Amino acid sequence: MSSTAADPRLVGARVAPRHRIRLSWSDPLFRAVVWQVVIVGLVALLAWYLIGNTNRNLTARHIATGFAFLGRVAGIPIGESLIPYDPAVDTFGRALVIGILNTLQVSVIGIVLATILGTLIGIGRLSGNWLLARLTAFYVETLRDIPLLLQLLFWYTLLHNLPQPRQALRIGDAVFLSNRGVKLPLLEWQSAHSWAVLALLVGAIGTFLWNRHARHRQEATGVRPRIWPMALGLLIVLPLAVWAALGAPLNWEMPALHGFNFQGGGTISPEFFALLLGLVIYTAAYIAEIVRSGIQSVSLGQWEAGRALGLRRGPILRRIVLPQALRVIIPPLTSQYLNLTKNSSLAVAIGYQDVVSIANTTLNQTGQAVEGIAYIMAVYLTISLSISAFMNWYNRHVALVER
Amino acid sequence: MRQSIVVCVGALFASLLQAASPLPAAAQGSGSATLDAIRARGQLLCGTAGVTPGFSLPDSQGVMRGLDADSCRAVAAAALGDATKIKFVPTTVQNRFTALQSGEVDMLSRTTTWTLAREGNLGLEFAWVNFYDGTGFLVKKSAGVKSAKELDGATVCVAPGSTTELADADFFRINNMKFTPILIQDLAELQGAFLSGRCDAYSTDSSQLATFRFSQGPKAEEFVLLPDIISKEPLGEMVRKGDDKWFDVVRWTAIAMVTAEEKGVTSQNVDTFMDSKDPDIRRLLGLEGDMGKALGLDNKWAYNVIKQVGNFGEMWDRSITPMGVPRGINNLWTKGGLQYAPPIR
Amino acid sequence: MSQTAATAEPAYTTARERPPSSIVGPWAWLRANLFSTWLSTAITLLLGYLILRFLVGFIGWAILNAIWSVPYNAQGVPDTATCINAKGTGACWAVIANKYRLILFGRYPFDEQWRPAICVVLFLALYVVSAIRWFWRPVLALIWVATLAAIGVLMWGGMLGLSFVPEDEWGGLPITLILATFGLAFAFPLAVLVALGRRSTKLPAVRMLCVLYVELIRGVPLISLLFMASVMFPLFMPEGVNVDKLLRAQVAIILFAAAYLAEVVRGGLQALPKGQSEAADALGLTYWQKTAFIILPQALRLVIPPLVNTFIGFFKDTSLVLIVGMFDLLMMGKVALSDPPWQSFSTEVYLTLAVVYSAFCFAMSKYSRGLERELGRAHRR
Repeated sequence: MSSTAADPRLVGARVAPRHRIRLSWSDPLFRAVVWQVVIVGLVALLAWYLIGNTNRNLTARHIATGFAFLGRVAGIPIGESLIPYDPAVDTFGRALVIGILNTLQVSVIGIVLATILGTLIGIGRLSGNWLLARLTAFYVETLRDIPLLLQLLFWYTLLHNLPQPRQALRIGDAVFLSNRGVKLPLLEWQSAHSWAVLALLVGAIGTFLWNRHARHRQEATGVRPRIWPMALGLLIVLPLAVWAALGAPLNWEMPALHGFNFQGGGTISPEFFALLLGLVIYTAAYIAEIVRSGIQSVSLGQWEAGRALGLRRGPILRRIVLPQALRVIIPPLTSQYLNLTKNSSLAVAIGYQDVVSIANTTLNQTGQAVEGIAYIMAVYLTISLSISAFMNWYNRHVALVER
Repeated sequence: MRQSIVVCVGALFASLLQAASPLPAAAQGSGSATLDAIRARGQLLCGTAGVTPGFSLPDSQGVMRGLDADSCRAVAAAALGDATKIKFVPTTVQNRFTALQSGEVDMLSRTTTWTLAREGNLGLEFAWVNFYDGTGFLVKKSAGVKSAKELDGATVCVAPGSTTELADADFFRINNMKFTPILIQDLAELQGAFLSGRCDAYSTDSSQLATFRFSQGPKAEEFVLLPDIISKEPLGEMVRKGDDKWFDVVRWTAIAMVTAEEKGVTSQNVDTFMDSKDPDIRRLLGLEGDMGKALGLDNKWAYNVIKQVGNFGEMWDRSITPMGVPRGINNLWTKGGLQYAPPIR
Repeated sequence: MSQTAATAEPAYTTARERPPSSIVGPWAWLRANLFSTWLSTAITLLLGYLILRFLVGFIGWAILNAIWSVPYNAQGVPDTATCINAKGTGACWAVIANKYRLILFGRYPFDEQWRPAICVVLFLALYVVSAIRWFWRPVLALIWVATLAAIGVLMWGGMLGLSFVPEDEWGGLPITLILATFGLAFAFPLAVLVALGRRSTKLPAVRMLCVLYVELIRGVPLISLLFMASVMFPLFMPEGVNVDKLLRAQVAIILFAAAYLAEVVRGGLQALPKGQSEAADALGLTYWQKTAFIILPQALRLVIPPLVNTFIGFFKDTSLVLIVGMFDLLMMGKVALSDPPWQSFSTEVYLTLAVVYSAFCFAMSKYSRGLERELGRAHRR
């Protein structure tokens, strides 16, 4: 009997009576309502008490409240920022936005590098080479046992031991390594370069579409047309041609030692580098464990079937095991990404200007502690809730359709 | 079951109300809530840094020494009659103002610069300046720099949240120079960055630069304090707004110490002045007039201060002079400095 | 079988033959594990070379050329010239020899430092006892309460003839252990309540509150909670109520730990088959009887390995209190380094601290893995 809509046996049957709430302790619905009222009431009372105290204290102390300070001129200097900033003109609001950009910068680069390193180490842990397996196991074990803050301080003081700018290590006359960071030549960005990047994007899309077309041809006729000439043309020749057609500008801004430090060129500061190094090395250990357990969760039969088909280890891993392992890997991997983003807040200990560091300076300068900390929490909550929302969507998207 | 719930909820309420027991309200004799609380507690809570040589740093026995520490001891002697009835609460740059705002400390003596923004926004006010200072730069001698105007392009170690970073930003902008700030909250880490060569210069109040250089011991010769002072940093004692009587106590305690130095009264010879004919000294030591009562204190308030802590000059000689910092503008007005005591009359 | 006569029988030896050395034995092991393919050989050679070079250099720096102690001059100030000259070639372990009491016990009065030492031993004993399966019964709660009370009495003093030592003089390893252990002790009941609340179907308002709490706390970094506790706590309290710094950091860690532990416990509750709950209902047990006697014992047993892993995480996270100015083990290491004679020997101090933290965390993670293996044995097919 599949259809329940017009089941003749149910016509005229009695429907269960609607539960009417009775004002008696023996009625479960009444008890549930009373308990909820009591518990929510207690929590609300506590919140009212704390907020009342805070308000009373703030007004009694004549402390300024509100977010008006976001419009005030900051005056605080910031070491590195992705957008132009002038302490005499720009506001606290802009300074905090720079903090958010710095946080995102170190988080995104950290996530990419940690994933690459973590995957390599995770796969290395399962390799047949005993030395490699033991070494990666030792790496994962040790680095998960040392606090991240200690690792950051260690890397930061290690980077202090690089030579002074006047005795910097150099590669040619272009790249310098000193305790002020890595100095690289910076390309003077012109419109021709933007067009070339656009052409590269177009080429990437074209390659992807050509790949799809090749796959359809292979499924239809059994013959797969060669991809690499088209890819070469689209990804390399096209952008170069566009760049050459627009005048082929190629001017480098070279770092040069003037007085105390190098002027010009791009910099990777020791604070950024130490933070990145610490975060990547620490998170890669966790990601390695996740990747390893994900690969091990794929049943051995898949490996054996692959070997029966004559495939070698590499192709089995890439084409058969990893896609299945991804389903197990992605949720804990996403929470590790979240951890990395939250751990980047430790930048305040080594002087990298992320949002916590700048909000900390702001709340010291303006005296408004409540607003400053609320700002930090709002920023991180937004980031983590959006990553969680993405993860929930992804989980639903790849969830196994079960009976 | 129901009764136990009611009992639990009732107990929770009762404990909440208990925890909310307020201070004894204002106007209980002296007219100052803070002073009454201090007397009830029997101890002055003084907010200091605890890490600054010459201003507040514990010695090897754990006793807090320095100019800020002694300023607080003077207030304890005035309010409670005993300079040892004091507890030093360590505060960081981050929580110093909230500690004072919330009542965790009674006064802040923590090399804090007196600025309009702080008086206007924080609900706190400055009672007296115990050190007229300015922002300076400390560089390594090997850098070969003779003046702050040669620091174009330099990397400067600065503590975040201080007036120093604002002063440095203004200085470099006005002189069309560029600088890279290194802002680390932890003072030891910041100083380590300077010592290891990460920064070319270390910038803070020049008195603290001098004491830092001194504390390096035999290596002090490797550092040179640049002569330029790029901003005014009057370092003062802070109290909460709204308690005027307490403000008066803190301020006039400091003034009494300056008056004592003007008059030549020290902790060693104060007893010999007890039969002095000088009306200023007689009023100071409580032999005539009711100066103490006007403040809500005992008439021997200034005598206790001078006897147990000393006058302003003694305080200086104990803490700052051994570090090689000259009195300069911190001298008495009669000797070309800025310390000028309004009359106690 | 033909009966051919006089063909020479093959000479079967009765002596035992050894298996071929290309399959069994050290050479075979090397070939299979280290030199099986060209790539594997290349990796082995490269890694072997790097490891040997690093080990030789490290042993030379850390042991052979290291300076173990420095002389003191007349005022009792250490003369670190030998250490500074050896910088780069030899480690200066003299900094540890000189400062180990400061790093381990902070500014606790020198003569009373036997008290925090005993507290550290008590903590270790508490961990070991909690790890033994025989003790997993209600008496464990009593043992925890008694030990924590004893630790409180030892650290504070003021009774039984011990002198009173206020909290601002505590520091070093006891603070780290106190923050982690008391944090876990108080966060665990809260976490169980929040996990139960999150799974309740009959009280949707309570479920909403628990979800809000967990998502809020898990979405922000611990640093912001520590900032909030150290800076805003005084504003939350009515005038005159002073909460000391250790308590503030402890409350922040408890709230943080409870959110993460609640997720772990919730995982355990979800893993329990629904039949247990239904059978309890069929027996007529009330909600609290069911939870206390049937559900929780099984669910908590299931989640002990992830619980231990979360505890390892908190043990490491206590090092963050250095940012709000509390004197835990890591902060005392930095304080030791700020002494001018010892300023440039941060590597040695950080390595020592890393060893101390690793010792604790490695022991705990080894225990958790052993437990996982043992408990999973029953469930593995």
